[in-house]
Amino acid sequence: MTRALITGNAAAAWGARLAEVDYVPAFPITPQTEIIETLAGWYARGEMQGRLTLLESEHSMMTAAAAAAATGLRVFTATSSQGLLYAMEMIFAVPGWRAPFVLVNVSRAVATPITLEPDHTDVLAARDSGFVQIHCASAQELLDSVLIAYRIAEHPSVRVPVLVNEDGFYLSFTREPVDIPSIESARRFLPAFTSQDVAFRASKPVSQSVAVLGGSPYSYFRYELHLAVTHALVAYNEAVEAFSAEFGRHYPSVESYCCDDAEVVYFMIGSFAAKARQAVDYLRARGERVGLVRPRLLRPYPADAVRAALRGKRAVAVMDQNLSMGFGGVLYAELAGILHGHGDMPLLCGYVGGLGGRDISLEEFIGMAGEARIAAASGTVPKTRLLYTGGELREVRKLQAIAMAERNESGQSHE
Amino acid sequence: MNRGKVMSEAIIKHLKDLPLTHLMGAGTSMCAGCGGLQALHETYDVLGQKTVIVNAAGCMTLLANYPYTPFRGSWLYTSMASAPAGAQGIRDALDILLEKKRLPAEEDLAAVVLTGDGSAYGMGLSATSAAIERRLDFLYICYDNEGYGNTGQQTSAATPHGARTATHTGIAGFGGEKKDLFAIWAAHRPTYVATVIGSEPLDLARKIQYAASIKGPRLILALAPCPTGWDYDPMDSVDIGHLAVKTGVWPLKEYRDGKVTHTRMPHPRAPVEEYLARQGRFAHLFNPVRNEPLIAEIQARVNDYWCAVVS
Repeated sequence: MTRALITGNAAAAWGARLAEVDYVPAFPITPQTEIIETLAGWYARGEMQGRLTLLESEHSMMTAAAAAAATGLRVFTATSSQGLLYAMEMIFAVPGWRAPFVLVNVSRAVATPITLEPDHTDVLAARDSGFVQIHCASAQELLDSVLIAYRIAEHPSVRVPVLVNEDGFYLSFTREPVDIPSIESARRFLPAFTSQDVAFRASKPVSQSVAVLGGSPYSYFRYELHLAVTHALVAYNEAVEAFSAEFGRHYPSVESYCCDDAEVVYFMIGSFAAKARQAVDYLRARGERVGLVRPRLLRPYPADAVRAALRGKRAVAVMDQNLSMGFGGVLYAELAGILHGHGDMPLLCGYVGGLGGRDISLEEFIGMAGEARIAAASGTVPKTRLLYTGGELREVRKLQAIAMAERNESGQSHE
Repeated sequence: MNRGKVMSEAIIKHLKDLPLTHLMGAGTSMCAGCGGLQALHETYDVLGQKTVIVNAAGCMTLLANYPYTPFRGSWLYTSMASAPAGAQGIRDALDILLEKKRLPAEEDLAAVVLTGDGSAYGMGLSATSAAIERRLDFLYICYDNEGYGNTGQQTSAATPHGARTATHTGIAGFGGEKKDLFAIWAAHRPTYVATVIGSEPLDLARKIQYAASIKGPRLILALAPCPTGWDYDPMDSVDIGHLAVKTGVWPLKEYRDGKVTHTRMPHPRAPVEEYLARQGRFAHLFNPVRNEPLIAEIQARVNDYWCAVVS
C-alpha cells in the first residue's frame, strides 16, 4: 500500500489498474479525460498489460466495451454527461448481454444550456437500464468502489455491468489523500476474470443478443435481468464485507452519519454530501439532533437499509441534485415510493439544488433542517423547493442586462 | 466440397468449384426471393463458421430469432449504428487474448459485420469510417436493397434516383442521388472493396475468397434485389440481378492496392429500361405515360459512368 495525494479521476484510473483490466475502449469528454489519459499512459509504458482503443463516439465505445466483455475480457470504460446520453441506446441494450464490465461516469449537468459542472441528471437517466449504480463521495471511495464493482459485476448470479459515479470537478479534479492498495491485496480481493461460458470461441459458437418475437419471451428475459440486478444487493453486501476484511474500509450500501438519535436527517448522494455533513456538525454543536443518510447504492435500491436508517425519524430533507422536468427530484420520488405504507416513517421535504455545480451553502442546509422540523411539527408536506437566492437572481439579471446592451450596441433590435 | 468446410483452401475458378449445398440453414424469416439472403448464403459458404457475425438493425436481424439461428458460427446483434464498433471490441478482445496466450490460435474467429444499406450508407457510416481509419481487421458485408426494407422500403441513402419508395410516392420518385459507398470506402484506402450480386455467384465467391485471405478493413457490397421493396415477383430475383449487371446499373468491380478494376464489362450494355420496366418501383416511368426525360436521364448516368471507366 502507498499513500498518495491524487484526484478523483486518478483514483478511478487506479481502480482499473488494480483490477488489471485487459481493455479500455474510450472516447474523451470533460471532465472524464484524465481517467483515460492516465490509463493510456500506463498501457503505453507497459505498466499495464492490455490495450486502450479510442472509438469515435460513446455509442461505439459502449458497444465495443460490451462486445469485448462478451468475448471474455475484463473491460473498463468511462464517460460523462452528454457522452452517457449519446451512449444511452447501448446503456439500455448491453446489460441484457450479461457480459460484466465497469463504467465510471463523471457526473456533469446536461444540455440545454450546455455546461461543464456537475449534477446527477445524467446518471439518473441511466437508472432504469440494468446497470448497477454505485455513487461515491471521495477519491478513496471511488478507487475502492471500482474494485468492489468488478466483484459484483462478475458474480455468477449477477453478471451485469456496474456504473460507478463521481461528481465532475468537485471530486474528479480535487486531490485527496488516498491509500492505493498493493497489487497483491487487490488480487486477493478480486480474482482473475473468468468468462464462464459467455465468450466467442471457434469451437463453441454462440448467438448473443438475438431478437425475440412476442411479449412472453421478451418479458422472461427482462424479468431475468431485473432479478439479476436485484440479486446484486446480496453480491454487494458480500463484496463490501470481503473488502472490509482485506482493507479495513467499510462501505455499507447506505451510509449513516450521526443518525442514532437524529430527529431530522439529510438524504442525498455523491460528494456534495460532505457539505451536509458539515451542516450536521454545525447543528450538533448547537444541540440539534440532525443526521445524514447517504445511499451509495442506487441500483439495486437498498430499500430495507434505507427504511432501517429512517425509521423513527421525524423528517427528512431530501436533497436532489437533479431535476425531472414537471415533477421534481428523482431521489425524493423513489424515497417516497419505498417508505409509503410502512409504519413509523418520517415526513419528506423535497429540495432541488446544486444543479450545474451550483453550491449548496451551509445556510441553506441549516434552513432545510429548520423547515423539515416545522413541517414535521405541523404534519404538512411542503412543496418541493428549488434552491436559488436573491443574489443569484441579481447576477443573472446583470448578465441579461449585458446581453441586451450588447445587442443594442450592435444595432440589432430586440423587438 | 464438404458441408461446413471452409472453401478457401482451394482456389475457386469455375462454377463447378462452388458448393452444391449451403452451410447456412434454411427456413429463415426472410421474404421469398430475397436477393440479400441469396448473396449471404453464397458468402457464408466461402467464409465458413469460424466467424462471428456482428449485425446491425435491419431485415437480417430477424435471421437469429430466439431460439433459432441459421448460422453454424457465432452471432452478435448490436444496434443500427454501431456494428463496426462491436467488431472492434471482439477483434481487440481476441487479439489481447492471443497476445496474453489465454486463447489457442485455433479458437480465433473472423469478425464479420453484416448490415443493410440503411446502416452501411447512413446511420452506421461514422462508426464504419472510424473502424477503417483504425485499420480494424474486419470484413463488412452490406446487403443493399436500396431502401429501409425491413420497415417497408422508405427512402435510404442508397435509394437510386427516380425510384418510388414508401416516402417518395410522387410521379418523379426519389429526386436525390444514391450515395457512392464504394468510393467512400476506397477514399479511406482500405485493403479491399468489392461489389457483388447473388445472381453472379462465381464472381461473388472469388471476391469473398480473396477478401477472406487478407487482413484489414474490407467491404463486400452486394446489390440485393428485393421483391417486396422493389415490387416484382419473387421468382424474378435472379433475372433482375442479371439485368442490373447487363444494363451496367450495378458495376461489378473491386478496389485493391489503390486501384479499381472492373471484374465484368457488360458489352454490349442492355438499355436500362429493361431493368427498370421489370420493377414496380419504376412503374411511374412507364405508366400511365412514358417519362422519356427521366428514363433518358437514368440511362445517361449509366453511360457517363462507363465512359469514365473506359477512358
